[in-house]
Amino acid sequence: MKMTQQEALFQYCLRRGDDNLILSHRLSEWCGHGPQLEEDIALTNRALDLIGQARNYLQYAGEVEGKGRSEDDLAYMRKERDFVNVKLVELHNGDYAYTMARNFLYDAWHLPLQQALMKSADTQLAAIAGKAVKEVTYQLKTSADWMIRFGDGTEESHQRAQTALHALWTYTGELFTTDEVEAVLQKAGIVPDMAPIKAAFDAKVDAVLAEATLKRPADGFMMSGGRQGKHSEHMGFLLAEMQYLQRAYPGATW
Amino acid sequence: MNSAPALTRQHILDLLENVKDPEVPVISVRELGVLRDVEMSDGKVFVTITPTYTGCPAMDTMREDIVKELHNAGIMDVEVKQILSPSWTTDWISDAGKAKLKAYGIAPPEKTADIRALKGELPVVPCPQCGSKDTVMVSAFGSTACKALWKCNTCLEPFDQFKCL
Ligand SMILES: [Zn+2]
Repeated sequence: MKMTQQEALFQYCLRRGDDNLILSHRLSEWCGHGPQLEEDIALTNRALDLIGQARNYLQYAGEVEGKGRSEDDLAYMRKERDFVNVKLVELHNGDYAYTMARNFLYDAWHLPLQQALMKSADTQLAAIAGKAVKEVTYQLKTSADWMIRFGDGTEESHQRAQTALHALWTYTGELFTTDEVEAVLQKAGIVPDMAPIKAAFDAKVDAVLAEATLKRPADGFMMSGGRQGKHSEHMGFLLAEMQYLQRAYPGATW
Repeated sequence: MNSAPALTRQHILDLLENVKDPEVPVISVRELGVLRDVEMSDGKVFVTITPTYTGCPAMDTMREDIVKELHNAGIMDVEVKQILSPSWTTDWISDAGKAKLKAYGIAPPEKTADIRALKGELPVVPCPQCGSKDTVMVSAFGSTACKALWKCNTCLEPFDQFKCL
C-alpha cells in the first residue's frame, strides 16, 4: 500500500522530533558532570534548545496525525520500536571528546538540513526551521571550536577526539539515508534532496578536521535501522530513564 | 461583568508593560520583542507572542504572567497565541530595552546586520560595568539560553552578554 502524504509527514516529524529529543536527553545527562561549570551550562543549554525543537516537531506530528496525541504522549508513551531517531544520538555519552564529536557530526548535518527546510512547501516545517536554524548555527560554531581545540590541543586530547571520530563515523551514514517517507514528501517540495546536504556536511567536516589536524575516517560499513525502530542496546536504558515518570504515574503533571 | 466599552488596545499594551522577562526582570515583554500583537474581537483579547529561543522555559512563565496581568485588571477573556514565524531576532529588542539590559549589567546584543558574529567571528563586547573593550568570552553559553558568559580584563568582573540572534 502506498504511503499517503499525511502519513509521510507524520513520520518525518517524528524523525526530526526523535533525533532532537534523544540527543537532548543524552546531553541532559551531563548536568552536574561537566568538566567545568561553563561546559556543564553549555551542554544543558544545548539540551534545552534541542528539546524545544523536539517539542515543536512532536506537537506538529500530533496535529498531522489527528488522533489527539500531544507532544508528551509521543515522547513518553511510545515504545522503543516506535522511536525513529538515528542510532548516533542514542549512543552513550563516552568522554567529553566523544560527546563533542557527536555534537559536531550532528550539527554539521543538522544545519544544512534546517537551512533547506526553511524553503519547505509546508509552512509549519519552514517556520520551525527558521527558528531552529539560528540556534543550530550557534551550536555548530561551538562544537566545531571544540573539535579544533581537542585536535590541535594536547597529545591526549587529540587522541581522544580521533578515537571518538572513528567510533562514531559508522553512525553518520544513517543521517543521509532516505526511504519512502522522504520520497513522498520530496515530490511535494516539503523536504529537500539530501545530496546537497551531504555535500555541505562533507565540506564542513573536512574543513574543521583539517584545521583540527584530525583525520577523517574512511567511509565503509554504515549502521542503519534507527529509522525503522531497530535500535542499539543503549536505547532501552535511555527510554527507561526518560519515560520513567509518565510510565509510573500516567498523566502526571506539576 | 467587565468594563468592555472602555477597553482599548492601548490600555492593554499599557498593562502588558508590567509583564517582565522573568529572568531579566527589568525588561518588559514588549521591549524584549516577544510581544508581537494585541487584537480585540467581541470583547475577547488575543495576545500574540513569539519565543526567543525554541526551548526557552521562560516562555511558559511569560504566557502565564500575561494572562494573570490582564485577569488582575478584570479582563477575563484572554487568549495567548504563540507564533514561530517570523522568527525572533535580537534586533527586536527596543533601544530602551537595550539600555535597561546594560544598566542591569548585561551587555546588550549587537545589530545582526553588521556583526561579525554571524560569520562565526567574535564581536567586540564592551564591559557593561566599566565600558572597557578589553573583554573575553569565557563560555558561549551562559546562565540562560539567550546569554553567553564574558569577562572584563580591565575591571576583572565577569558579565553576561545577550547573544546576538
Ligand atoms: Zn569592566
